[in-house]
Amino acid sequence: MANQAAETDLVHRAKAGELAAFEELVTRYERRIYTLARRIVQIPEDAEDVTQETFLSALEHLRDFREEARFHTWLTRIATHAALKVLRRRKGVPFVSLEQATDPDDHSGSVPHPEFIADWRENPERLLEKKETRQLLEEALSELDEKYRVVFLLRDVEGLSVKETASVLGLTESNVKVRLLRARLQLRERLTRAFGDETTRVTARHDHD
Amino acid sequence: MKCEELLALLNDYVDGDIDPAVCEDLEEHLAGCNPCQVVVDNIRKTITLYKGGELYEPPRPFRERLHRLLRERWKETHPAPHHNEFKP
Repeated sequence: MANQAAETDLVHRAKAGELAAFEELVTRYERRIYTLARRIVQIPEDAEDVTQETFLSALEHLRDFREEARFHTWLTRIATHAALKVLRRRKGVPFVSLEQATDPDDHSGSVPHPEFIADWRENPERLLEKKETRQLLEEALSELDEKYRVVFLLRDVEGLSVKETASVLGLTESNVKVRLLRARLQLRERLTRAFGDETTRVTARHDHD
Repeated sequence: MKCEELLALLNDYVDGDIDPAVCEDLEEHLAGCNPCQVVVDNIRKTITLYKGGELYEPPRPFRERLHRLLRERWKETHPAPHHNEFKP
């Protein structure tokens, strides 16, 4: 992948001390990192702080980046930790290793049943052209419990693997999967209520084989 | 397979990370269960929307401040080589 090769080259040049290469990396990723931060912390000013902290930390630790993961994954890890720190500070909770690691919800085995089941009126490509869609997507995300939201963002939006997501959050892979399923189902429910075609609505037959 | 079981396997199925034998069972269920078909389709579309969604644009003054700060910090941590030191 040419893009990946160009990025590896930028990383090498930045590591060798070339400021322009580092700035190019920042320019490439600042929107994505800011967006991720904003979706986790929800407040624009806090998202700026998280973004700044992420790139300062990247600058400081660039030499330690061993290139076993993609540069984007490495940045995402730093940004996620910075964002979660903001949330914890806001709640007045001292640092706890992602409290959620022992969440009973993750082991209860039950997931919420889909309620509103209907075909969507339009395909995603058409929906993405509309401003209202964007607003709705952000609203639906912000209504998700933080522990589900972060997993969904890392896995489905940032494209990290289940293993990478688990490693970033200090969770087991099975915790990640359970949370991801809950997140996806809840978002599906919310979006289908908005985009679903009422005339195609079907009822789930929970009892059938 | 029951709808309940399909739900539990939904992630693996949507992510294409499923045992082929289990996948066969699942698809057999899907073929005869419209609600499950629609749920799978809804989930795929939900993920597509979020993957393809727009990014937030960081405010311009913030971007400028960030780049200035990073350049300053870079200069502190990467002192420029002293070109004049070497005198033949």
